[in-house]
Amino acid sequence: MRHGKYPFVIGFLFVPVTLYVVFVIAPYAQAFQISMTNWRGLSAPQWVGFENYRRLLDDGNFWKAIQHHAVLLLALPLITIAIALFFAFLLNVGGRSVGGQRQGVWGSKFYRVVFFFPQVLAVAIIAVLFQMVYRPNESGLINGVLMKLGLDPVLFLIKPNLALWSILAVLVWQAVGFYVVLFSAGMASIPTEIYEAAEMDGATRVTLFFRVTLPLLWDTLQVAWVYLGIAAFDAFAIVAVLSVDGGGPDGATTVLAMEIYRNAFVYSKYGYASAMGVALFFLTITFAALTLRLSKRESVEY
Amino acid sequence: MSITPEHPTALDRRTVLRRAAAVGLAVPAAGLLGACATSGGEETEQVSGGTKSATNPLGIKEDAPIEVIIFNGGYGEKYATDVHEPLYKKAFPKSEVKHQATQAVSTVLQPRFAGGNPPEFVNNSGEKFLDFGALVNDGQLQDLTELWDAPSVHDPSKKVRDTVIPGIVEQGMFDTADGQRKPYVLYYVSTVYGIWYSGKLFKDNGWTAPTTWEQFTALCEQIKAKGITPYGYAGANAAYYQWNVILTQAAKIGGPDVLKNIDNLEDGAWQQDAVKQAAAAWAEIGAKYSDKSFEGLKHTDVQLRQNQGKLAFYPSGDWLENEQKKDTPAGFTYQLMPVPSLTASDKLPATAIRAAGGEGYFVSSKSKNPRGGMEYMRQMLSQEGARGFTETVGAATVVPAGSDGYQFPPGVASSQAALKAAGANVFNMLFDNWYKELDTEARTATNELMFGRINADAFAERIQKRADAIKKDTSVTKFKR
Repeated sequence: MRHGKYPFVIGFLFVPVTLYVVFVIAPYAQAFQISMTNWRGLSAPQWVGFENYRRLLDDGNFWKAIQHHAVLLLALPLITIAIALFFAFLLNVGGRSVGGQRQGVWGSKFYRVVFFFPQVLAVAIIAVLFQMVYRPNESGLINGVLMKLGLDPVLFLIKPNLALWSILAVLVWQAVGFYVVLFSAGMASIPTEIYEAAEMDGATRVTLFFRVTLPLLWDTLQVAWVYLGIAAFDAFAIVAVLSVDGGGPDGATTVLAMEIYRNAFVYSKYGYASAMGVALFFLTITFAALTLRLSKRESVEY
Repeated sequence: MSITPEHPTALDRRTVLRRAAAVGLAVPAAGLLGACATSGGEETEQVSGGTKSATNPLGIKEDAPIEVIIFNGGYGEKYATDVHEPLYKKAFPKSEVKHQATQAVSTVLQPRFAGGNPPEFVNNSGEKFLDFGALVNDGQLQDLTELWDAPSVHDPSKKVRDTVIPGIVEQGMFDTADGQRKPYVLYYVSTVYGIWYSGKLFKDNGWTAPTTWEQFTALCEQIKAKGITPYGYAGANAAYYQWNVILTQAAKIGGPDVLKNIDNLEDGAWQQDAVKQAAAAWAEIGAKYSDKSFEGLKHTDVQLRQNQGKLAFYPSGDWLENEQKKDTPAGFTYQLMPVPSLTASDKLPATAIRAAGGEGYFVSSKSKNPRGGMEYMRQMLSQEGARGFTETVGAATVVPAGSDGYQFPPGVASSQAALKAAGANVFNMLFDNWYKELDTEARTATNELMFGRINADAFAERIQKRADAIKKDTSVTKFKR
């Protein structure tokens, strides 16, 4: 059978590799190529070398977008993971012990379903939903209540220094459910004896969480961080639908994908938009590589 | 001319982008859509011409099909399916008309132009219209000279160009790359811009439409005292309704050349005194007589508030009445007033108004049957075609014969009356159609100005900066008028 191995392997790989090359690698390569041209989407592109990249350097909106990604990159994973961990802990091991087995808090089965709800909604629907929630007048969900109480409405998406955080809140709200499930799965695979032993030694819930759960979940956390980081480089759908004036006010919530979209599909500057896309590509790759490298540490075998 | 400023996103692409990004592919997702597009585009084989005759002056091939793309916005698509397409079919029974309506013209058509397979006839409008400049630059548009010189359907003794409002042919003219100036675009709908109010609300309160700035602000005080927001526009997606007001004001102060300078990207055009004065005046209206929350609302929300009697003045074009048909309470009576004069020394009188052809239509020169597309336009411009359009959507076309004796609804009637009263003092601006980046910048700056984050000088300065950048950008085709 030995010499029959390669045809066999190649036979299996041929179709997926071809698909991957045609639909992933080739468009990537073409994006690089287009970024070096002044293509406006219709006739043959003209080669302009690094002109588009030079132009990026003094594009105010591009740098604004990069700044916003920096904020999202820190805040989105931190907040989401913190909340998701907290919920997952409560749902799985935060309750009483029954016959030596740690249980979730009362009603945890119900909460588990509820937390997952946002995940099954399409992003666009979530954005439209939050338009209602954030609406700045008496018909908004939050402001309607505030105004009934005689308070001034909060201009969530309009105040330039509040708008990005309002968007971030939606991203977190949407993501938490999935990570609760992910962490729950991780926690379920931690042997209960470890908890039992720790408890006999008199560990409190807080100690249990920080000394047992967290270290044993490290691999899962790492994955979550990378996923959320990549999500922070996106955020397009929410920004496009929810924000004022497409990434506004005055670019206060814009992200790279929004700028790419605007340059490509509104201004028909496909070359320039591709240059932004290439920049985004390198940012994403660098982030993923860095995170995997920096968060590398011995995983605990059990 | 965007009729319905839909949010600049398409659901399916959005989902695609997001999913792609989730696996680190956001980059080529944009590229993916253009994949293989730059290399394609072999010339489509065009159908040969037919014999010219009295009923077929453009000499189209009578059995060749045409494809019609309609922007399904403020005017819907019924006027095409129920009026123009049947007219074309009646004239050329052997030809087949393929109809498609969309709310996102560029999304649907960009790949087809790139692929060398464009449809014959396009209603290029809405938030996502294809950049006319890019189309002209690429030679994608059919020169309409033959159409304008062809005999009109309802009066063969006249050329088509003599049956439309003066200035309409010129409005659709663009400079080509080789320095010529040709008519490429048909602007079909007669659009009048101004400030709208409810005739009923004003009558009930004994208010009259102001013509001077003092009257305007005094009335705003009274309206405010009644607990109604005096003035407002939708910042979330329709800020251009407001830069339109500011620039209209500027044209009244300094004459129509103010706008010509802006369109021609003259140095310092946005920093002309007239523009600054107008911006300062309107910034004050924004600060005193508007509502901060409007910046977060869409045009439909704000228009609804006006229908509910919570807002007095709203700036828009005369598509507004048709657009709001469903939400307008009985007896509301839309009325248009021109932007009031700022000072007694204004160059133009208070009746001066911005009016233009709205809704751009073009024929693709590289489609299979461009002559068929032009013939479709000729049918549209017939008295019957124009009349049918007016009856279907309640708006006037650029063919005056089409609205002869037609009883317009009160809003359009008032805008037509205002147009008449303006006489020769009618002006227009085109920069937003020519340079979309400048439009975007003007929208952003307008929100900053009207909601009190920058002053008039900063407003003028930041748009000027963008105009200068566009002027220097060699990849952008420049236009002059």
